[in-house]
Amino acid sequence: MTEPINPWFIIGGVLAGLLTVAPGLIWFERRLLALWQDRYGPNRAGPFGVLVVLADTIKLFFKEDWIPPFADKAVFVIAPAIVAITVLMSFVIVPFAPGVIVVDLNIGILFFLAMSSMGAYSIILGGWASNNKYALLGAMRGAAQLISYEVFMGLSLMGVVLLSGSFSLQDIVNSQKGMWYVVPQFIGFVTFLIAGIAETHRLPFDIPEAESELIAGFHSEYSSMKFGLFFVGEYLGITLISALVVCLFFGGWLGPDFLPPLVWFILKTFVFIGLFILLRASMPRPRYDQLMEFGWKIILPITLLNLVVTAVILLVQSGAVMNIKF
Amino acid sequence: MGNLKLGFVIWNLKFVILTSMFSILQSMWLVFLHMFHKRETIQYPEEKVKLPARWRGRIVLTRDPDMGERCVGCYLCAAACPVDCISLQATEDENGRRYPEFFRINFSRCIFCGYCEEACPTYAIQLIPDFEMGEYNRQNLVYEKEDLLINGEGKYPGYNYYKVAGMAIGGKDKGQAENEEPPLDIKSLEP
Repeated sequence: MTEPINPWFIIGGVLAGLLTVAPGLIWFERRLLALWQDRYGPNRAGPFGVLVVLADTIKLFFKEDWIPPFADKAVFVIAPAIVAITVLMSFVIVPFAPGVIVVDLNIGILFFLAMSSMGAYSIILGGWASNNKYALLGAMRGAAQLISYEVFMGLSLMGVVLLSGSFSLQDIVNSQKGMWYVVPQFIGFVTFLIAGIAETHRLPFDIPEAESELIAGFHSEYSSMKFGLFFVGEYLGITLISALVVCLFFGGWLGPDFLPPLVWFILKTFVFIGLFILLRASMPRPRYDQLMEFGWKIILPITLLNLVVTAVILLVQSGAVMNIKF
Repeated sequence: MGNLKLGFVIWNLKFVILTSMFSILQSMWLVFLHMFHKRETIQYPEEKVKLPARWRGRIVLTRDPDMGERCVGCYLCAAACPVDCISLQATEDENGRRYPEFFRINFSRCIFCGYCEEACPTYAIQLIPDFEMGEYNRQNLVYEKEDLLINGEGKYPGYNYYKVAGMAIGGKDKGQAENEEPPLDIKSLEP
């Protein structure tokens, strides 16, 4: 590895990059959805319609920033900030390339899990402070969903942690030089992906929003840039989960030498962002009880089984099992 | 017995999980394949819609093959119009041929139902496949006769009302129309 880069450059670069990617994804999603629905999507403003993002942003800024008189004002204002902050904080532990990481925490994954749990507060507080029955219903659903899927989101990652022997994402990526963890931890990958979709409350699992039942769920009362923050937070969440899937199961920046590591990382991440959008394009929304049932009755046993089997195999491989006295 | 039941439940659950997983993956794949389908969108201002010949769009007044006005000012179109957007005033030229003195269609009221075309006995008023009539000023949607009259025969080429009608006008007397026999002298005894 070369000399370390000035951390301020990394922080600035990551922040600028993410805050460009998040609105850019809105355009990307609209184009991809259109592609899969045999349409063109936004293609008028600027090359391939990318400037539609700028138009959307300007529109959001000029909308009336309305706080309902019946709302709990302080909490109402804080809630959208929480989602953006927690997701941005989670990116602290993501290694974009060797050495390009804001801070290499030795508890990296735990930090991410903690931050994504905090993200649930924005939904709960936003829905509660709106003082609106639809918002509250959305928030309640969101809380139940996020907390349930949080459980096996953590558990599904433990297989990777067992294999690599570290919580630090940089170490995890480095230990995938021989083989990507998607092969030995395929079940872990699938369960983490499902939990990640539920965690970002993206379309098959967008129960907290569920526009056909709950108007817009927890952000029914939000307008202008406060709504924009929820929106940006959602797209940052997609990027985060995609980046983590790449780091944990698809070898992060590792790849053949003809492309620089950062480009490999970005390419792989965009494949998963594309998968998220494909899910939105093709999946119907499950019923709320089906979602909970699926989580607790199917995914949780599978993740536990995966964890136990991985642990047993590792134990046998290390030879420690021979020393156990019965 | 209990064992069998449990086995059945597990088999059933496995079946449900596998089939539902397969159907989800299959639908994702089918949606993905839409990437290679032709797009349905017509890029409108650059790419024009191909409209059928009977499309009910902008209303025109047509002329007969001799470039005379077909409209005879019978008011049937104005009577048929459900929104009363047609107004005209009939008059006669020196040959006794009727024509509209003015003919006005208010397209901000017109609903393009085509009843005027159906009512017209001389094929004069016709709806054509054109819908690009946008205006910034509402008053510009009121079309006068010079806006409506076209130098063509529209959908019925070769039709000339006065050439087939029995009415006598200057230059064409009774019995001189196409396929028309000279008038019978009803007072004579000859057959």
